[in-house]
Amino acid sequence: MDSLLAIWSSVPESAQLITLTVAKILAIVIPLSLSVAYLTFAERKVIGYVQVRIGPNRVGPRGWLQPIADAVKLMFKEIILPSSSNKFLFVLAPILCLGPALAAWAVVPFMDGVVLTDIDAGLLYILAISSMGVYGIIIAGWASNSKYAFLGALRSAAQMVSYEIAMGFALVGVLLAAGSLNLTQIVTAQQGWVWNWFWFPLLPLFFIYFIAGVAETNRAPFDVAEGESEIVAGFHVEYAGMTFAVFFLAEYANMILVAVLTAIMFLGGWYAPWSGLLPESALAIPGLGWLLSDGPHWLLAKISFLLFLFLWFRATFPRYRYDQIMRLGWKVFIPITIVWLLVVGGMVIAEVPPWFA
Amino acid sequence: MLENYLPILLFIVIGVAFGLVPIAAGKILGPHRPDAEKLSPYECGFEAFEDSRMKFDVRFYLVAILFIIFDLEIAFLFPWAVALDEIGMFGFVAMVIFLAILVVGFIYEWKKGALEWE
Repeated sequence: MDSLLAIWSSVPESAQLITLTVAKILAIVIPLSLSVAYLTFAERKVIGYVQVRIGPNRVGPRGWLQPIADAVKLMFKEIILPSSSNKFLFVLAPILCLGPALAAWAVVPFMDGVVLTDIDAGLLYILAISSMGVYGIIIAGWASNSKYAFLGALRSAAQMVSYEIAMGFALVGVLLAAGSLNLTQIVTAQQGWVWNWFWFPLLPLFFIYFIAGVAETNRAPFDVAEGESEIVAGFHVEYAGMTFAVFFLAEYANMILVAVLTAIMFLGGWYAPWSGLLPESALAIPGLGWLLSDGPHWLLAKISFLLFLFLWFRATFPRYRYDQIMRLGWKVFIPITIVWLLVVGGMVIAEVPPWFA
Repeated sequence: MLENYLPILLFIVIGVAFGLVPIAAGKILGPHRPDAEKLSPYECGFEAFEDSRMKFDVRFYLVAILFIIFDLEIAFLFPWAVALDEIGMFGFVAMVIFLAILVVGFIYEWKKGALEWE
């Protein structure tokens, strides 16, 4: 142990900093990748139970090893590069999808002070990096040199940029309410019990942000980009093996990202629903007290609930028609968000308690 | 200040690596037996009969252009939203006028049918 410490202190300071940062990043990314893998499993189980089936239950006890079996299977499949595709872009596209979905986690706070980098432009960074995802899809559709992929990419790109506007306006509402771009400060601005969180004063923006998040990730009922009955699998129809798996991972990583951002901006992040209401003595009970007090486990619970909503939507809603999707994005969401921005602005000026006092 | 952004750079590098490594592993571990039929573009069993980078509807361009305008608008709103506490009523009214101009443009494009998809 001592010799290890001696080696550590002999490394130059910049190398120490980089090693520590990389270790922290891996501490975020590895649990995240596992969550992504088990989210696919959860999806199949939840949809199974919604349809009165039991879902995957063969691989491992109660099917728990299913995601690992899927990963291993895809690992040993041939990666097909279609004859007249742009080979470099074809391989680049899935990476461009996954990279930003993971990198956005650099500014996500798990608790007060527990964040990889506490930058003041956090929300701006999120807005910038989450709009990178659309490049992966356009490039995939273009590079594949297949009609289905091309049509899927066009649809998907138009849909994603349309909903990004509603999403951006909803973000501006959160900024107005919190008065800061820093994600930690956005959460601490909601300090307190359920009533103090931003979901109520920003109710229309909360719904629009989450629905736009579903549309952004190309999930049902907005999954026309891969509408099986019309264009087979859309932009990733030509992808096989691991290149396909990376697209799949990116989709689920994006779902988790939308869920965590909704939880942070509207549902009070790591605050417990009764934060500040319980007496100190209740929080001092071993075990139960920890469960009842604020902490990352509440953030996790909120993320899980929102992710369940994603799966629930997929199991219950029929797919939207494309013109209806565009109408909803442009003619319903954008007018509502603009009006509600003015309402929130008025509330901030009037310092309506308890949120803006 | 700058050291705050080093972790972000590293995170982007690691994020890209997380995409690159599985693809490289799949390339090494998977079989590699291409043939002309397998590599031809998928068209539900039909022979591909024209270039697939075909002409497409101009409305997709229109959406992209409108997106740029609105996204810029959002970028303008960001500093205003953060500073509203300090600039008070004056800043609020100024932004209402700004948004009103935007809404006039929005109504125009709505009436012109730029948002119709039938």
